[in-house]
Amino acid sequence: MNRRDFNQLIGMGAAGILLPNLPAFSRTVSPEALLEAGIDVAVKKRLADAALNAAKSKGASYTDVRIGRYLNQFVITREDKVQNIVNTESYGVGVRVIADGCWGFAAVVDAKNEADMAKAAEKAVAIAKANARLMKEPVQLAPQKGYGEVSWKAPIKRNAFEVPIKEKVDLLLSVNSAALQNGANYVNSVMFMVNEQKYFASSDGTYADQDIHRIWPNFTVTAIDPKTGKFETRNTLSSPMGMGYEYLQVNPADKVTGITTRYNKGYDMLEDVTAAAKQARAKHAAKSVEAGKYDLVLDPSHLWLTIHESVGHPLELDRVLGYEANFAGTSFATLDKWQSKNFNYGSKQVNLIADKTQVGSLGAVGYDDEGVKTKQWDLVKDGTLVNYQAIRDQVHIIGEKESQGCCYADSWSSVQFQRMANVSLAAGKTPLSVQEMIKDVKKGIYIIGDGSFSIDQQRYNFQFGGQLFYEIKNGEIVGMLKDVAYQSNTQEFWNSCAQVCDERDYRLGGSFFDGKGQPSQSSAVSHGSSTARFNGVNVINTARKI
Amino acid sequence: MAILTKEEAKKIIDKVLSYSKSDEMSVSLSGGRTGNIRYARNSVSTSGESDNLALAVTSVYGKRSGTSTINEFDDVSLEKTVRRAEEIAKLAPENPEYMPMLGPQTYLETNTYAESTAKITPDFRAQAAFDSLDPCRKKNLTAAGYMEDTTGFTAIGNSKGLFGYNRATSVDFSITVRTADGLGSGYANPDVNDVSKLSTKAATEIAMQKAMASASARALEPGKYTVILEPTASVELLQNMVRSMDARSADEGRSFLSKKGGGTRLNEKLFDERVTFISDPMNADLPLSPFGGGGGGGGGGRFGGGGGDGLPQQKQTWIEKGVVKNMFYSRYWADKKGVQPVPAPGGFIMLGGTQSLADLIKSTDKGILVTRFWYIRAVDPQTQLYTGLTRDGTFYIENGQIKFPIKNFRFNESPVIMLNNVEALGKPVRAGGNLIPPMKIRDFTFTSLSDAV
Repeated sequence: MNRRDFNQLIGMGAAGILLPNLPAFSRTVSPEALLEAGIDVAVKKRLADAALNAAKSKGASYTDVRIGRYLNQFVITREDKVQNIVNTESYGVGVRVIADGCWGFAAVVDAKNEADMAKAAEKAVAIAKANARLMKEPVQLAPQKGYGEVSWKAPIKRNAFEVPIKEKVDLLLSVNSAALQNGANYVNSVMFMVNEQKYFASSDGTYADQDIHRIWPNFTVTAIDPKTGKFETRNTLSSPMGMGYEYLQVNPADKVTGITTRYNKGYDMLEDVTAAAKQARAKHAAKSVEAGKYDLVLDPSHLWLTIHESVGHPLELDRVLGYEANFAGTSFATLDKWQSKNFNYGSKQVNLIADKTQVGSLGAVGYDDEGVKTKQWDLVKDGTLVNYQAIRDQVHIIGEKESQGCCYADSWSSVQFQRMANVSLAAGKTPLSVQEMIKDVKKGIYIIGDGSFSIDQQRYNFQFGGQLFYEIKNGEIVGMLKDVAYQSNTQEFWNSCAQVCDERDYRLGGSFFDGKGQPSQSSAVSHGSSTARFNGVNVINTARKI
Repeated sequence: MAILTKEEAKKIIDKVLSYSKSDEMSVSLSGGRTGNIRYARNSVSTSGESDNLALAVTSVYGKRSGTSTINEFDDVSLEKTVRRAEEIAKLAPENPEYMPMLGPQTYLETNTYAESTAKITPDFRAQAAFDSLDPCRKKNLTAAGYMEDTTGFTAIGNSKGLFGYNRATSVDFSITVRTADGLGSGYANPDVNDVSKLSTKAATEIAMQKAMASASARALEPGKYTVILEPTASVELLQNMVRSMDARSADEGRSFLSKKGGGTRLNEKLFDERVTFISDPMNADLPLSPFGGGGGGGGGGRFGGGGGDGLPQQKQTWIEKGVVKNMFYSRYWADKKGVQPVPAPGGFIMLGGTQSLADLIKSTDKGILVTRFWYIRAVDPQTQLYTGLTRDGTFYIENGQIKFPIKNFRFNESPVIMLNNVEALGKPVRAGGNLIPPMKIRDFTFTSLSDAV
């Protein structure tokens, strides 16, 4: 499901809908069906072996099998109404092979027995052999040792699918009620939960059984000023997380106080919506920004998206090589820049890290979708570009011997390919709080929450908005601003990074809907950072009259 | 192939309806085949094909509804699906905005199906890719492209006697061609219902020409310029604006069509008087589905169809001579406001003139030709302000001629402002499932430069 389908599904700010566009091959089921146990792991192994053996006997030199059960639940409300509750389940198998040096893939819905598996494997081999005739160079797959029978489970404390629907509905309706009582005219709120039950087996000898959970409670409040005919909105400051329902456990230790409260690994939705309603109302009276250069102080709830667009994407090796030229685009971070070993991606303060293991993150798994144990690695070290994100058939291009473990498919029916790992800005090494950072800023803007975003196809020029903007004058926050967006160039921007707060302020943001590929696939990814300061960034005023 | 005839589909739907024990029930049956081929770096990377046939049942008790889906069609599975939808409905909270289902409707006979597309084979796709790759390889240019074809049908029915059936085919082809040194890039993106009207070779030649012509671009200062927008450039901005023409959002005060002090800007002149937007399911160049959704009840009214309720699509005028003439109304909102429901269109037609793109360029003293915009995102929904960038060939025009390629710009502009600054409109062509004229627009706002090619 992509962002547009999701927006249609939840009907944000528009008419309700009855039957959404469901994820591929999924069926709607009762909430109880989501709690039924999937296929036993011994049965999965038997099914996988049937495909592995069939592919080998047809001449495959490598095979992997993914048996996937994907569960989604959406609870969608507006004001005092539940608009929709949707439960979906999708089950099937994808088999990928190398035969005659070429990839082939086949998928089968509801595969039930060894015969279904063998048929899919044989089809994948036939496709590989047919495509081999059009191939320029054979696939070079980095070797990977088999791990035997292993498992990985997201360290959740409360499975969101086990929480009664009524508890979720009651929470969302109380959130909506708090919004309306505190100055909002309208409110849409949504709870979105995902469980991927994935079984991976390969001819390398890995059989990995994994259980992945994600949750995203979110809302938008709208405040209208009838006198001016203007409306203002404020979106949630929650993050989508690789967690269970414990993310909604209110915990004072997870709150970051300041000009407005932000949240770490425990989200107080009622508190946030109450503040949001008041802030949406306050935006009407906020000062319209004067365009010019400002020092920006960017909260992690905002900075994650800038990291995602200006670091995560340009350092994906398939984009660098041109495989995404017709859709997602290419990259300014070309191989010669990496080879030079002195390309200043950012200032000395900038350390950007890729990580598929971070606890609570959206990208965390034990093994990626081609059987590689996940890890952490440097992309930009002390400001210098040092690496990319690459998978088994790419790493030979950058002289690496093993994959970095960032291969992913959004469904058993999709072909796995290189996807973004969690890419994060390391916390500053010197003790520094947000208050201390602001104290040194003469003319600045403090930005909280993500807003409008746009970047060119090679990831040079970008523009970002936000949810909340506060003017900083001579070390003090003096009031709220509106109509703010900043424009910069990736290299210029990261080189203007003057300070990063220490790890006490480190938090994750993220997206459920990172789109890439044709047909398009969606991936969920987190980006962590502490609050960071960027000097002399160009800010424009976005107010218009129509 | 999973394309059922009208009679076959009706038989299944009638059978499913006969199992109903709920107050109301609707059934949607759809299926078809989708195939694709993708290539990059002058080599095919992936290709695939899949069939699907699925049935969705929505059962309703009072204002509680439940939906269940299935892709098995034996009697036991069908009845089980009906029972499951009924169980889900009984447990669902009431939807106060639920509208009773529609009775029998009369639908237009639209021409959305082409046999040529239905007959596409994997060999045909490989040939289409070869026709695009071969000329690029010969000229030392690098091609990345994607073709996706769909052949499908949708049948809808409900317990109040509504039945509709439609077959449709579509092909979407996109091609990006880059020069070997990475300094030039061109793009084309034709879409058709009938694949016999598509030449991947001809589309690729347009992209090749743009790639070669856009190499070694010069930088111009950002600012306000007269622009000529090819339909491939303007389509997304216009589509975003049309998608925002929902009456409920306007009445609620959160739309560009909301009025100061309350109410909407219906019947107000918001655009240049040459601006007219219609939709017409019978248009030969842009045939559209005669209905939307699954024949059920509910709010409905999203862009891309008639919502979930099977409302018939008719010819509609949305903007006439610059005046807002219509918005889309879900059945719930129409009932509340005492007006007729209006489904959102599946695609729109912006009327234009008779001039070609070349004519528009010839009549321009100084200006910029924009062939494509990219990464367009809303900045302010109130004013319909969007940002994005030019891509794949941007050119400076002087004295009626293209003088030289220029570096890409970021823009911050509203289609509402843009459609007030109309200098000239050309002959509409199909782009992204709409018919759009090439446009000459004055004072288009570019706010920064990009080094991207």
